[in-house]
Amino acid sequence: MNLTTPPTLWSLSRLTASILIGGAVLGATLGVSSQAQAQTERVELLNVSYDPTREFYRAYNQLFAEHWREGHDQEVTVRQSHGGSGSQGRSVIDGIDADVVTLALAYDIDALHDRADLLPEDWQTRLPHNSAPYTSTIVLLVREGNPKNIQGWEDLVREDVEVITPNPKTSGGARWNFLALWGYGLEQFDGDEEQTFDFVRRVFENVPVLDSGARGATNTFVQRRLGDVLLAWENEAILSVEELGRGDFEIVVPAQSILAEPPVAVVDANVERKGTREVAEGYLEYLYSSEAQALAAQHYYRPVDEAVLAEYIDEFPSLDLFTIDEVFGGWREAQTRFFNDGGVFDEILEAINTP
Amino acid sequence: MNTFNQATRDGRDAGAPAVVDDGDLARRWQRATDEPAWLKAVLITTALIFVGLFLVLPLSVVLYGAFERGLAAWFEAVRDPDALSAIRLTLLIVAIVVPLNTVFGVAAAWAIAKFEFPGKPVLISLIDMPFAISPVVVGLIFVILFGSQGWLGPWLAAHDLRIIFAAPGIVIVIAFGTLPFIARELIPLMQQQGKEEEEASLTLGAGGLKTFWYVTLPNIKWGLIYGVILCNARAMGEFGAVAVVSGRIRGETNTVPLHIEVLYNEYMFTAAFAVSSLLTGLALVTIAIKSIIEWQDERQKRRAAA
Amino acid sequence: MSITLARRRVIPGFGLTMGFTLLYMGLIFLVPVGAFLLYTTTMSWETFWHAITQRQVVASYKLSFGASLVGATINLVFGALLAWVLVRYRFPGKRLVDALVDLPFALPTAVAGIALVTLYASTGWVGRYFELFGLRVAYTQLGVVVALTYIGLPFVVRTVQPVLEDLEAEWEEASASLGADRFTTIRRVIFPALFPALLTGFALAFARALGEYGSVVFISGNLPFRTEITPLLIVAKAEQYDYHGAAAIGTVMLVVAFAMLLVINGLQWWTSRRHG
Repeated sequence: MNLTTPPTLWSLSRLTASILIGGAVLGATLGVSSQAQAQTERVELLNVSYDPTREFYRAYNQLFAEHWREGHDQEVTVRQSHGGSGSQGRSVIDGIDADVVTLALAYDIDALHDRADLLPEDWQTRLPHNSAPYTSTIVLLVREGNPKNIQGWEDLVREDVEVITPNPKTSGGARWNFLALWGYGLEQFDGDEEQTFDFVRRVFENVPVLDSGARGATNTFVQRRLGDVLLAWENEAILSVEELGRGDFEIVVPAQSILAEPPVAVVDANVERKGTREVAEGYLEYLYSSEAQALAAQHYYRPVDEAVLAEYIDEFPSLDLFTIDEVFGGWREAQTRFFNDGGVFDEILEAINTP
Repeated sequence: MNTFNQATRDGRDAGAPAVVDDGDLARRWQRATDEPAWLKAVLITTALIFVGLFLVLPLSVVLYGAFERGLAAWFEAVRDPDALSAIRLTLLIVAIVVPLNTVFGVAAAWAIAKFEFPGKPVLISLIDMPFAISPVVVGLIFVILFGSQGWLGPWLAAHDLRIIFAAPGIVIVIAFGTLPFIARELIPLMQQQGKEEEEASLTLGAGGLKTFWYVTLPNIKWGLIYGVILCNARAMGEFGAVAVVSGRIRGETNTVPLHIEVLYNEYMFTAAFAVSSLLTGLALVTIAIKSIIEWQDERQKRRAAA
Repeated sequence: MSITLARRRVIPGFGLTMGFTLLYMGLIFLVPVGAFLLYTTTMSWETFWHAITQRQVVASYKLSFGASLVGATINLVFGALLAWVLVRYRFPGKRLVDALVDLPFALPTAVAGIALVTLYASTGWVGRYFELFGLRVAYTQLGVVVALTYIGLPFVVRTVQPVLEDLEAEWEEASASLGADRFTTIRRVIFPALFPALLTGFALAFARALGEYGSVVFISGNLPFRTEITPLLIVAKAEQYDYHGAAAIGTVMLVVAFAMLLVINGLQWWTSRRHG
């Protein structure tokens, strides 16, 4: 036994050695050949985005890759990360190396400046239209035939109506929902804050579930058939009607709603470190091209390009849209007043749950 | 004594009047050590309803959802590049975590079962800790530690090292969460087996490694395998902690459970259930292997006793 | 002491195995947890106290503890029943049922959550029948209880089963021959023997339920004050970048978890003393 072992070991190690050497040679050859082939340079971008943009960016990334290949001889691969807008912003602050962020609202990008100094304070002026290449609004999605006869915001306080909306603390879309409601209240009660508070509180009394993101809320409403009305991004509402159950749902467009501007920005600190500034800026600028604008419209976002909007005007009913700057004095102010700890939304929760 | 009489009298009162005068010892015996057939049937039925509601039905939902649209749809969902990359990442993580936790489990069990030292109960309690900590808190701990605003974040960034939002972070949180599984399986087993066999082997001149290999390992074989498959299943299925540290980059830092959540949020329910069925299948295989192990173990014991 | 030393010399590897154990635990777990606790101390006491006693947070403790307690109690009753049926009776499919008990250990919690909500929503296979009685399971506190019952199910069964198997038939026979009827035997002989195992299983199921996140978020309504569990609140705080708040509540959970473990280990020590 002892005599036979050493030769076996020896031959084994010889075998291993030859395999290793062979592998190394093969690997080196392959490496050389792949270098020779790689005339077009590969570039990677990471786009950290919010929930409902999944389908749009999947299509846009292809469009952009083709566009960029022609002008720059670079092969761009865009990696995507999706989640609730607030939590995605949190990931970027905590160090996920996003080249660009495409979030649900400006405050989540403001936070990147405030908390981690990843981009300059004036980021929103760097691209046209407040850095929002597409817009949307908040509409009401109801069940087929509108059995509860919901016509507008005022119907949400009725006792027989169950309202589905995600949690404004974690979901960007839910914050737009909340502000749309509040804006309607102000208009309705001639700027009376107390009556508006009471109105919004009564709506939230009708909410049985607070999902953490827009997609969760849509699932609850569509798949689990809970609730009578879903407050949703217009693009999510149309998507639900078109793809999840044609004929099962109807969109009710209120007379008045908020202009939702989901902004985009290059994360300067990351692109500097990775050397991807040029392609990252190109990626966002191309969002304003007519091809990308048409793609946005096909994914039910309202394009900012007037010509493209005119082409798809049938998709997007006209309604009275107010902006966050007009009514609330911008996102920072709205965030502090309504959604931070101890803000109006917390007061509403307290009021609902105080016996 | 008094209480016992009381109990006996209670017992007589409760007995069926039909057999009171019978005096048939066998029947009375049976009545006292066994339940009546109707009660057995009720108990078994209740237990089975419980099992049906909580175990069989959820399992059926997953399998039904996965194969509702046929095998082709199932294959398509599982072969999707993002699904494949999630599977690859999960396998990679398991390939790192399970061996580490296995070595740890064996080492810890050896130190705890074969030696006496002060503070042993504290050590055992500490090993149990990860089991009771919420996965969410586990994730939070590592974000606070390694996040770029965290304590080690700036240093890591300066050296271009990535921990969270990359595979290493996921490996660490999963290793944390599944740390006790193998150790907890082995410690009682090795404690129960004592150390006489090892001592005999060592006294006869075998070395430490040889003793471990030829004496200890065969003894703990089944427990070890069971611990490894349980650890493996938990490592593949971990969700809460991974959700906090992964960053959810498609095709890159999504593990299988996260990918399932992604699919669910993209309204691709069939695909979500199809990928779930992979993990469910794994869970079933795990359980099957475990049952076989137990069955083998019983047979060995019986043979040893015979 | 001299005996210990002598034995230490016989069996090798104490330094090696102990060293690795401590190193690994230290790296993976002790140092991070220690750092986390240190992080909590960077808060002022007022901030900490405010974070852990807000009304919304306290409401989440109530739900988490309450639902975990109910879930663990259901598991105590049905787990004991299941263990009893599995050990004592013969019925078709017994081996299969025995194997299935481990499913909640092995199935990922997110998958379990999705499966449970599909099942118990008012459109689901089971939920629609509850709906007939006006009972909503999904998105209510009842839903939280269902999820926590599910994930804690194996604990009581698996702690009680071996004890029941080891229970000598002689004890029951002795009790019977002394004239006790079945109920008395169960109450006075079997139950006391099972008691420590029942308690341990209960405590384990409870501890596990307290920290559970993945399965609950799918089936719970996640409404603050009503259906929001503490782990979800921690995640929500972290996602709003309130790491101090999240860490403070996390510390509370950590302390509770450790206390639970002390109880469990205390029980086991107490059991082994009674039996040893």
